[in-house]
Amino acid sequence: MVTRMKILIVEDDLEAAAYLAKAFREAGIVSDHASDGESGLFMASENAYDVLVVDRMLPRRDGLSLITELRRRDVHTPVLILSALGQVDDRVTGLRAGGDDYLPKPYAFSELLARVEVLGRRKGAPEQDMVYRVGDLELDRLSHTVRRQGKEIPLQPREFRLLEYLMKNAGQVVTRTMLLENVWDYHFDPQTNVIDVHVSRLRSKIEKDFDPPLLRTIRGAGYMIKDDRAPDA
Amino acid sequence: MSRFSALFRTTAVRLSALYLVLFSICAAFLVFYVTGMSERLLQQQTRDAIAAEATQIEDVYDRAGISGLLRSLERRARQPGANLYVIAGPSGEILAGNVAGLEPGLLDAEGWTSEPFRYRRFTDENRADNHVAIAQVLVLDNGLRILVGRDLQEREKFRMLVRQALMVALGIMGLGALVIWFGIGRNALKRIDRMSEASTKIMAGDLSQRLPMSGSGDEFDRLSESLNAMLGRIEKLNEGLKQVSDNIAHDLKTPLTRLRNKAEAALASTEGGNQNGALEEIIAESDQLIRTFNALLMISRVEAGSAPAEMSDVDLSQIVADCVELYEPVAEESALRLEAEVAPGVEISGNRELIGQALGNLIDNAIKYAEGAENPLIRVEMKKSDHHVMLTVADHGPGVPADMRGEVVKRFVRLDTSRSKPGTGLGLSLVEAVMEMHRGAMDIAATEEDGRGLTVRMVFPAAAT
Repeated sequence: MVTRMKILIVEDDLEAAAYLAKAFREAGIVSDHASDGESGLFMASENAYDVLVVDRMLPRRDGLSLITELRRRDVHTPVLILSALGQVDDRVTGLRAGGDDYLPKPYAFSELLARVEVLGRRKGAPEQDMVYRVGDLELDRLSHTVRRQGKEIPLQPREFRLLEYLMKNAGQVVTRTMLLENVWDYHFDPQTNVIDVHVSRLRSKIEKDFDPPLLRTIRGAGYMIKDDRAPDA
Repeated sequence: MSRFSALFRTTAVRLSALYLVLFSICAAFLVFYVTGMSERLLQQQTRDAIAAEATQIEDVYDRAGISGLLRSLERRARQPGANLYVIAGPSGEILAGNVAGLEPGLLDAEGWTSEPFRYRRFTDENRADNHVAIAQVLVLDNGLRILVGRDLQEREKFRMLVRQALMVALGIMGLGALVIWFGIGRNALKRIDRMSEASTKIMAGDLSQRLPMSGSGDEFDRLSESLNAMLGRIEKLNEGLKQVSDNIAHDLKTPLTRLRNKAEAALASTEGGNQNGALEEIIAESDQLIRTFNALLMISRVEAGSAPAEMSDVDLSQIVADCVELYEPVAEESALRLEAEVAPGVEISGNRELIGQALGNLIDNAIKYAEGAENPLIRVEMKKSDHHVMLTVADHGPGVPADMRGEVVKRFVRLDTSRSKPGTGLGLSLVEAVMEMHRGAMDIAATEEDGRGLTVRMVFPAAAT
C-alpha cells in the first residue's frame, strides 16, 4: 500500500460502527465515525475522504438527504449506501440520490470491504485506458481481443466483460455479487454457484496453456486478478 | 325521546319529512287554486243569470208596461230560491220587492253594483244587513229603478265545502304519510342497529361473524351481501397470514436451532481448526437465513404492491437469453443441457430484475432437481401470441405429483422433506408473486405423459401495441 485509504463511516448503531472501524483497520483502512446525518455531512464536507459509508436511516438527517446535500455542495467523494431496505426500487432511489454503490444489510464484511476498495481506487481507475494489462495478459477494449504472451485467446462476449471487469479492478478483491451486478446487471442472489462456474470457465481459457496463474480465488470473499511478480500498484 | 331523535336522524325519515313539506306546499296551492277558480266560475254564472233576468225584465216592461212588470216580478219573487228584486223610486226609496233593506246609495247608479253588498231580508229578526248579494240596477225611462240581484250565501257555502273537503283529504294523506314514514324509518333503523351490532362483534375480533340478511334481496340485503363477501375475503387473507407466520416461525426456528447448536459445539471444541470450520458453517447457516428473509421480504413487497418496483418496457427475449446464458455453465456442470427457443424482440411492460430473478429461480430449480435424470434436457421456451407471451421452463426430473402442484407454490412448502437440497422453499412463491405483479399467471404441469418432469408456464399479457 502506498497511501492508506481513509474513509468516513456514518452509522448511528455504535456497536456496528465500532465493529466496522476495527475490521477496516485490520484491512489497512483508516476510518472516522459520525453517528448522525448532520455531523456526517459536516465531516464529509470539511475533510477529504476516499470513500463515505453511509447508513440510510440516520437521526437528524437521513442518508439520502446527506448525499444529495453533499453533491449540491460539489463534494464528489464516492458514497456507499448501507441499508436495511434491500429491494430493487430502494437501490434505484439510493443511486439516484447520488450514491455510487448500494449494499443491503445484513452483509458480509468481505463484501463491504471489496466494494469500498473498488470505490476508493476509482479515482485513479484506468477508465480511459484502451488496453488493460496484468502481467502478460492483455485486454484490448477497442478491438475486443484478449492476448496472453502475444497469443490471442478467443472469448465469448460475456467472458470478455467478466475479464474486463476483473482487470479493471486488478489487484483488488471482486465479490460474486459485484460480478453479477457489473457483468450481468442483476442484483438478486443467484443462490447456486453460477458465478463460480463462469469464472472457472474463464480461468481455464486464460490459464490452461499459460503460466503463472493470474486469477485467484479469495476464500470467503471472491476473486482477484493479479500478477504476483509485479510490485503493488 | 332519544329514540325519537334517533329516528329523526335516519335518512328515510328525513327524506320523507322533506317530501311531506313539499307535498303540503303543493296541496295548499292546489286548494287555493281550485277554490279560487270555482268561485270565479260561480260568480260568472251568477252574473250571467242576473244579466239574462235583467234583459227579460226590460223586455216585460217594454211590452207590458209597469203593471206587467210588477206582475212578473211578483211571480218571480214567489218562486223557490228566487233572486232578489227591488223596485225603487227615482230618489231610491223602495217601493216593492222581496228585500227589506239595502245599503244606502246602492240604487244611485245604473249597471252592476261595483262590489257584493249587504242587505236585509223580511224574515230577519234583527234589523241588520247580514246577507250578501250582487245585483244589477236598471233605470227605466220613467225614473223607476229596478234591482235584480242574487244572494251569495250558496256560493260561500260551496266554497267552504270545497275547501273543507280538500283540507280533510290533505290531513288524511299527511297522517298516512306520517304513519308509513314512521314504520319505514323504524324498520330501517332496526336493521341498521342489527348490522352495527354484528360489526361491533367483528371489530372485537370475531371474524366469523356475518351481517344479518332478511332474504328479501332489497338494498340492505345487497349491502350486507357485499360486506359479507368482503369479510369472507378478509377472513381468508387473515388465515393465510396466520398460516404464513406460523410457517415462518417454524422454518426459521429450525435453522436458528442448527445455528445455535453449531455455535455451542464450536465453543465446546478446543481445537482451533475445528473452531474455524464450525464458524464457517455458522456463517453459511446465517447466510441461508438471510437469504430466506430476503426472499420473504421480496415476496411480501411484490405482493403488497405498495411500493411497486419500477415497471418499464423491457425486452423479455433479452432477459430470457441473459438468464439462460447465466445458468448454462451450471447446467453443464450438472451434466444437464439447457436449451432455449426464444422468439426475438418481444417487449412487455415489466421489471427486468424481478422477471430475471423469477426465471433464474425456475432454471435453478430445474438444474437442482433434474440432476441425474435420464433425459438431461432443460428447455426454456418463449412464444408470443396475440394477447399473451408464454414463457416455459421444462425439465425431465422427478416432477411434482399432481396433488402437490397447488401446494408447492405456497411459502416454505418443499417436496424434499429431508431438505437435503439447498433452498428456501420460497422460489415458486416468488415466481407466483412476480407473475401476479405483472398481471400474468403461472401454472405447473408435468412435462411427460407419465407425470414425470416439471413444466412451469408463465403467461404474461402482451404489451399493448
